[in-house]
Amino acid sequence: MSEALLRLVRHGQEQGCRPHQRYLLDRGQWAALAAAIGEDEGVALLGLWADPAQVHAALLAEETIFTASCAVPEGRYAALSPVRPGAVRFERMIRDLWGHVAEGGLDQRPWLDHGRWPLTGPLSARPAPHSMLPPQPVFLPVEGEGIHQIPVGPVHAGVIEPGHFRFHVQGEAVVRLEARLGYVHKGHIGLMLGKPAQVAARLAARLSGDSTVAHGWAFAQAVEAALGLEPPPRALALRALMAELERLHNHLNDWGAICNDAGFAWLHARAGALREAVLRAAATAFGHRLMMDRVVPGGVTDDLMPAGSAAIGAALDAVEAELPRLGAVYGSHASLADRLVGTGVIAPSLVRLFAAGGVVGRASGRGFDVRHRPGYPPYVPSEPGMLEAGDVDARTRLRMTEMEGAIRLARGLIEALPPGELTLPLPQRGGEGLGMVEGFRGDCLHWVALDEAGLVRAVFPRDPSWLLWPLLEAAIEGNILADFPLINKSINASYSGVDL
Amino acid sequence: MREGWRRLLWPRLARALVSPPLTDAPPVPPEELVQALVARLEAAAQARLGRSLAIRQVDAGSCNGCELEMSAMQNVVYDLERFGLRFVASPRHADVLLVTGPLTRNMREALLRTAECTPEPRWVVAAGDCAVDGGIFKGSYAVEGGIEAALPVDLLIPGCPPTPAQLLEGMLALLEAQGGR
Repeated sequence: MSEALLRLVRHGQEQGCRPHQRYLLDRGQWAALAAAIGEDEGVALLGLWADPAQVHAALLAEETIFTASCAVPEGRYAALSPVRPGAVRFERMIRDLWGHVAEGGLDQRPWLDHGRWPLTGPLSARPAPHSMLPPQPVFLPVEGEGIHQIPVGPVHAGVIEPGHFRFHVQGEAVVRLEARLGYVHKGHIGLMLGKPAQVAARLAARLSGDSTVAHGWAFAQAVEAALGLEPPPRALALRALMAELERLHNHLNDWGAICNDAGFAWLHARAGALREAVLRAAATAFGHRLMMDRVVPGGVTDDLMPAGSAAIGAALDAVEAELPRLGAVYGSHASLADRLVGTGVIAPSLVRLFAAGGVVGRASGRGFDVRHRPGYPPYVPSEPGMLEAGDVDARTRLRMTEMEGAIRLARGLIEALPPGELTLPLPQRGGEGLGMVEGFRGDCLHWVALDEAGLVRAVFPRDPSWLLWPLLEAAIEGNILADFPLINKSINASYSGVDL
Repeated sequence: MREGWRRLLWPRLARALVSPPLTDAPPVPPEELVQALVARLEAAAQARLGRSLAIRQVDAGSCNGCELEMSAMQNVVYDLERFGLRFVASPRHADVLLVTGPLTRNMREALLRTAECTPEPRWVVAAGDCAVDGGIFKGSYAVEGGIEAALPVDLLIPGCPPTPAQLLEGMLALLEAQGGR
């Protein structure tokens, strides 16, 4: 079935994006593509973005990743949201940033633009000045007896990112949750444009601080693909080592926080202590606790520091020794199971429809892991762990499995660290590339086009959270309000990553 | 008949209303004991309350890196509560607004409203390079370029992100300043 779709796309003009081709379609072909996606459940919409002249959709059909583009001469294009509801937020974002309107789109409300910027369409060819008062946000209506609204945020009760949640509640049960984000929109893309790749990389590394290695790597991968550059093996191994430490410390954090939200403070305390050990080892090995700015286009900035491998080894030993004990406590407390099992279930069909990756996808039976498929060096492809239940418990348990995997991988990388160069100089030329790296939340996808001087002409960093946020709204439906923190934490989508 | 009447409860209760209470009168404490108690209470209040800060954290556009390190301050290794420092859920309970991020235009109103809810005297701490002056996001249409653009800032803690140790140092400096007032 996907064959027909791929044939259709290949009628478009190849745009030279590496390693995954981009095809420029005319309006008729784009509309036909939208219809074909609607016919084929197996096609995943990985991302949708724009530049001043075109819209771009990254798609996964069978084993093939490609981008389809369509020119928007009158600022209009055929919407994809009727066939893939995950496109809704992308289409709203495209309208806010570039001013292109999705014809037939399911939702035309603004998303990132809260009416507080000095201009509208900041990334369009001609941004217009804006001086009106910010409009009141409009939420989807809910009708029925005894329904009331609970507004939460943007400033939340804990040390977390800002966003607004509008709950419609009937008694204790949540009838509908709608998230309104965009509060931390910093203008990432606008700042990256026109910059040399090395400078833009610092911005990519700050798309979402917890995934700084994954995003830094995905952006570097895109730049290297655009320039036809293969980073040295030692650099790739060090990147993977950092990426696995990042996965480990974030999973520890989430795993502990989920237990804490269910009232089990001891597990949280232990997970926090182990995470601190990992971060300190990262600081000893790479000079920065979160390993920010260590991955650069062309390689990595620094080698492992002399005491680094011993420090990482000790931290991995400590975590590895304690994880089974924590897992046993987790598994043997009915009070914990009572809160987590069967809570916040995400149906496998929804996960496939929204192309959700990471723990969220894999806990609902979508076994997508970029390290495995399409795969990238230095990883040896291996089937990712999967569960089917799709509840908070499944996502929590899967984190435990993935922590064990990360420890194994990190060990292997340290033991077999290849010798050689750390970085290659970037040639000054143009090109277009797409990078994909598996972060702790899922697939981080970066697309970049460089002009002849090697400056960023167009770019889109797509955090995995784009594909996760809509599922939070589905997961909470029918659950009690008090379980929201648990469900939210079990998904842990990034605000900064999608607010751009 | 008369004996039965005597066994009833109500007449006894009624008699108790007009007779003196069984409870002893309160003792009159010696004056020197009272003075010693006042001194001890003052010292305890200075130690416990004067040297304690309630922190309300506000993310005004951070990448979440600063939040990670602030959360780490709460882990058992740093254990910031032993210094009398704790994060509170409401700005109405806070002495300190700990603000991160380059101050996005979309968060400006929320930050100002949070500050309005924070009782005086209060301290505003800008943590992280972005909060200091916009950092890497300086010059974007979407940011104001540092917390100072909206609120007077009492303390800057630079770093990208500042480590938990650096954050703790800053907070302890505030505590000591507060003790001196």
